[in-house]
Amino acid sequence: MPAPNPAETFLVEAEDLLTQIEESALELEVNQPGGECVHRLFRAFHTIKGSGAMFGFEAVAEFTHGVETTLDRYRTENLPVTAELVETVLSAKDEIKRLLEGKPAAKEWAIGIRLHPDVLKNGTNPRLLLDELAELGECQVRAHWDAVPALAAIDVHSCYVHWDARLRTEKAVEAIRDVFIFVEDGSEIRIGEAKAKEVAESARQVVTAKPAAAESTVRVPASKLDRLVNLVGELVMNQSRLSQATAGMGAPELAAPVEEIERLVGELRETVLGIRMMPIGVTFHRFKRLVHDLSAELGKEIDLVTEGAETELDKTVLDQLGDPLVHLIRNSVDHGIESGEQRRAAGKAGRGTIRLAARHMGSNVVVTIEDDGRGLNPEAIRGKAIERGLIGAEAALSEREIFQLIFLPGFSMAKEVTSVSGRGVGMDVVKRQVEALRGSVNIASTLGKGTVISLTLPLTLAIIDGLLVEIGGDQFIAPMAVVTENVELHRGDRAKNNGRNVVAVRGELIPYLYLRELFSIEGEEPEIEKIVIVRHEEQRVGLVVDRVLGSHQTVIQSLGTFYRNIDMVSGATIMGDGRVALILNMAGLVQLASQRLRTEH
Amino acid sequence: MTTAITETAQYMTFKLGDELFAINVAQVREVLEVSQITRIPTAPEYMRGVVNVRGKAIPVVDLRLKFGLPKGQATVHTRIVVIELEMDGEVTVVGGVADSVHEVIELEPSHINPPPTIASRWRTDLIRGMGRRGEDFIIILDINAIFSSDALALVKQSSFSAEEVAVS
Amino acid sequence: MAPKRALIVDDSRSMRQMVSFTLKEAGFEVLEAEHGQDALDKLRGQKLGVIVTDLNMPVMDGINFIRKARGTPEARFLPILILTTESQQEKKIEAKAAGATGWIVKPFEPEKLIQTIQKVMG
Repeated sequence: MPAPNPAETFLVEAEDLLTQIEESALELEVNQPGGECVHRLFRAFHTIKGSGAMFGFEAVAEFTHGVETTLDRYRTENLPVTAELVETVLSAKDEIKRLLEGKPAAKEWAIGIRLHPDVLKNGTNPRLLLDELAELGECQVRAHWDAVPALAAIDVHSCYVHWDARLRTEKAVEAIRDVFIFVEDGSEIRIGEAKAKEVAESARQVVTAKPAAAESTVRVPASKLDRLVNLVGELVMNQSRLSQATAGMGAPELAAPVEEIERLVGELRETVLGIRMMPIGVTFHRFKRLVHDLSAELGKEIDLVTEGAETELDKTVLDQLGDPLVHLIRNSVDHGIESGEQRRAAGKAGRGTIRLAARHMGSNVVVTIEDDGRGLNPEAIRGKAIERGLIGAEAALSEREIFQLIFLPGFSMAKEVTSVSGRGVGMDVVKRQVEALRGSVNIASTLGKGTVISLTLPLTLAIIDGLLVEIGGDQFIAPMAVVTENVELHRGDRAKNNGRNVVAVRGELIPYLYLRELFSIEGEEPEIEKIVIVRHEEQRVGLVVDRVLGSHQTVIQSLGTFYRNIDMVSGATIMGDGRVALILNMAGLVQLASQRLRTEH
Repeated sequence: MTTAITETAQYMTFKLGDELFAINVAQVREVLEVSQITRIPTAPEYMRGVVNVRGKAIPVVDLRLKFGLPKGQATVHTRIVVIELEMDGEVTVVGGVADSVHEVIELEPSHINPPPTIASRWRTDLIRGMGRRGEDFIIILDINAIFSSDALALVKQSSFSAEEVAVS
Repeated sequence: MAPKRALIVDDSRSMRQMVSFTLKEAGFEVLEAEHGQDALDKLRGQKLGVIVTDLNMPVMDGINFIRKARGTPEARFLPILILTTESQQEKKIEAKAAGATGWIVKPFEPEKLIQTIQKVMG
């Protein structure tokens, strides 16, 4: 096997990287955080440095190190981009190019010029010297006046001024010395190389200078923040205990301070949870490259358009959102968007578009992945589901219900496995991941036009507004975000529906689940029960409970690995009186309700 | 395979029916009187629910049912043993309901027999050894192995099959 | 005996080429990936003996890749070496926490790479 020449490969690679650097630098927006663009720049310089050092381009590596260090600061602290940064990056790129081409590198020289006081008497004009120096390259000169005496003491024939020059030139040092050849005697001319480090140093000053104008920030380890959130959780819990205890005491002198504590704790909770909020754009940025790479691999032309990058979500939610989003976007690229020919044959533009958008909706964030591809074919999905034994051949399903089938385990639409969408991982995994975040997935599609998948996610996983309900002696919590209303259910009405568990609410028939029965809770139900109507994935379901106790600030605890297979509850919370209340899992309950409804039909 | 016990250690003992069991005290966090256990709907019967242990919701398991023994009645002696487990490489805390909790004893390796491999009532992969104390035998449990296994039985040949217990 | 199959993860073509050549000379069969996600896709169903990964990469960086790889049956118990330009303690600790077995600081001699790989493969 002939040894490859990695140095040659590196030169080609570096050429690509320099092009990338230029493109990225031009993409940077001044006064905005650099985001993914800075990451990309950092990575490009980093690769040039690492591989350069590996294959004998030490000078390149050494020079690049300084630029990389500067970019690393912008990257890790997400600093707003300055015009100077853009310039530094671009000139660094030019410099690396020169170094790689082996041209005499333009060096930056620091020159100190202190002429003999009598040079003027010899007819020397210092200005001409400086002009001559400037002709050698880019030159900046600073004059120092500190030695100029008071006016009365001035000898007009003496030279009191001295200069510092920075000269960037490809010419050799001799060329600089030649400028001063006639004034050398008695003058002090210092010529030194300004190191790449110093160049980076001046870039670094650019970095440090800027944040003063912006708000100052402190970096805190995520673990400390988690601890803080836990403490606030315990505080919220104890505060509700305190409120409950004092309410029963009837002590008016306690009422005011307790109310004040309630308000303060609420504000503290908001503030602390707010610290963990991060813009979703951090995740969005990485998808541009993903779409670019994948579509290139498949020979498709696809644009990724993002909206609402500034929408904020809890970091813990954000961290776990990446995987499902990658999967959905891969799906769109692979299966959603057709090839250029297919699109043009269908009368569409050859370029496909995937729109990734985020927006706030109440206490949720909705993330949508929309493509203008071929859309889902309900008949094909139906056929597949029957073939897989997921539904009976006679099942009467709405289009919405048919689309939901693709989330069932064991359902995979792809006819063949491609490297893009991975192997054997289906939409069921996406759904599970999103539901693990207490979110929900919705799908809408028009054949030939495209598909929209929306993920509804809670802003935070730590504390939610809940509706506290009671069945027998047991307490449960429904996330307030999904509750739409409560209606009464009289014992007589139940009998009238012949055991068909549906209730009419403003003209709409809503199926309900009798939780007492479902949860095997002993005892007799009250004469009048309450139906809590919840909405999950565009579907409304009623949950029958004994009583609605009111809203409750709920600090969520996971039930851990032991109860991971329980579909009906998603967590627990400790109540003010020390009891444990369970948090109802809407995904599981709604799924059960629709299954029951289907079998009843 | 569980490793043989080579060091003298302290064990907390508890009873289920007439059998005396032991867990290394290093894995016992505390022992609680039975307070209100919140049942988890649709969970198998051996998973009794969750209790509030100092502000944390801790899952509670009925050790009789988990070990494949017949269901027992709660008495004044019934206790919840809060145990620290290692499951999938993570420390998990779980409460186990025992009929009664007895003293902490020290057992030297010389007083511990390896799990009998034949003619044993117990699944040898889930116990670490048989401790001797006078006339009594104490079953030293490999508590991590027990909770890592989905099986609902510590008993090998029993009139209660795992299935029967699980669906009851 | 661990299979002499290695997965190289690096976004730099020249680095991949160099590492790949070195390993092939030492009798390894070599798979290459350009970034973490690519590597995750490529290691599926593979019987590997070692993974060598860069840290700074697009799409999915080395740390995330290691973390995710440790969750796959294919790479759960594999030695994973990181290639790092800086001998920064912080990065090493982060990589170690993510599940890396060891590291090699760039630039390195080919022999050094082979020695380190042999050491971690036992």
